[in-house]
Amino acid sequence: MIDKCVPSPAHALAEVRDGATVMIGGFGTAGLPHELVDALIAQGATDLTIVNNNAGNGDTGLAALLAAGRVRKIICSFPRQTDSWHFDRLYRAGQLELELVPQGNLAERIRAAGAGIGGFFTPTGYGTELAKGKETRRIDGRWYVLEQPIHADLALIKAERGDRWGNLTYRMTARNFGPIMAMAARHTVASVHDIVPLGALDPEAIVTPGLFVQALVQVPRQATGAGGIGKVAA
Amino acid sequence: MIAVHSPWTRADMAALVAGDLLDGAVVNLGIGLPTLVANHLPPGREILLHSENGVLGMGPAPPAGEEDFDLINAGKQPVTLLPGGSFFHHADSFAMMRGGHLDVCVLGAFQVSAGGDLANWHTGAPDAIPAVGGAMDLAIGARQTWVMMDHRTKSGASKLVPECSYPLTGLACVSRVYTELAVIDLGPRGARVRRRCRGLTMEALQALTDIPLAQ
Repeated sequence: MIDKCVPSPAHALAEVRDGATVMIGGFGTAGLPHELVDALIAQGATDLTIVNNNAGNGDTGLAALLAAGRVRKIICSFPRQTDSWHFDRLYRAGQLELELVPQGNLAERIRAAGAGIGGFFTPTGYGTELAKGKETRRIDGRWYVLEQPIHADLALIKAERGDRWGNLTYRMTARNFGPIMAMAARHTVASVHDIVPLGALDPEAIVTPGLFVQALVQVPRQATGAGGIGKVAA
Repeated sequence: MIAVHSPWTRADMAALVAGDLLDGAVVNLGIGLPTLVANHLPPGREILLHSENGVLGMGPAPPAGEEDFDLINAGKQPVTLLPGGSFFHHADSFAMMRGGHLDVCVLGAFQVSAGGDLANWHTGAPDAIPAVGGAMDLAIGARQTWVMMDHRTKSGASKLVPECSYPLTGLACVSRVYTELAVIDLGPRGARVRRRCRGLTMEALQALTDIPLAQ
């Protein structure tokens, strides 16, 4: 019998190793798996490479992981935020390596890893600082840059509903990086608000088929109303 | 003789951009000034707004108290979904751009060159935290990339330049620029002025612009 449900975020993250590459879903607070990030902080693994669209906000979640000195490198598209002070400080002090990637290249590199693609030529970034040193090729009269897949040891994502096979549905723009990160990591942990019996999810509406998910943990729904999750969680 | 002209307001500029969007267009509005275009979409035209974080058919901001932070735009502000709207993941969202499926994207800019090069992601200042987001994908992805920007910097330098001095976002990608003074098309045959604000002569506009302009 397949049962990917685990009793708590701590159980799901018990075996994260130092030096691991960890993808964390989310765009803004939408789709950010707060409970899983908190469990990663508590778990203690260090020297991590983090893949996320941003580089942490305020003093909680990814920002707290950075502040605790547990991250060696971050791969992201938009680290600068009004409240990214932990990233800003560590980056300026040279204590955090940054690989800045155009957002679409970030998404496609993650997708490529999950799809077994060894690299791809993209027009995005051609002729810019972010393509410096990369192989380029002219195809049908247009210039492209060779980009490599981003694989991960672990993906932490937030979904809406799941079943014991790991099938997932998402909620509105909280979907963002979740489905592709689930594909790109060797081990994917998804938090969901509801675990439903097998067969209860409409098979036509399942976004992430269960084989991309290794562990499923139920967390209470947080309000997503005015002020964002950061304030509601307090 | 003192030339007197009336620069367009930001709302005027947004209305000009909106007026140039055709019925049925799929459009991505960048963060900042371009966001205002959404407030001026002409009634009677169905224009689909795309947001990089996985929305097609984005609607206006919700009424106060009804915000849901699972439904946000690229600027991370709460929005709504129109009937018929859809959600999708990030790789599909950027495939829509890169794959040439968007008709128009409207972006802000630090500089635009005569050849349509765009600089809008980084000032190059040594202590600046770099951040690019979806700017490079948008710049080269849509069938047409339009820019909304001030005509000149605060210190009076033309933002239309022979060559960009700031780090580039994309090469030869901008086809039209809207400023408070003029609407200018860029192309292989040079810059052509489509419209000027009231009271502004071609000579006066040229004097404020560092690239050659044709009527």
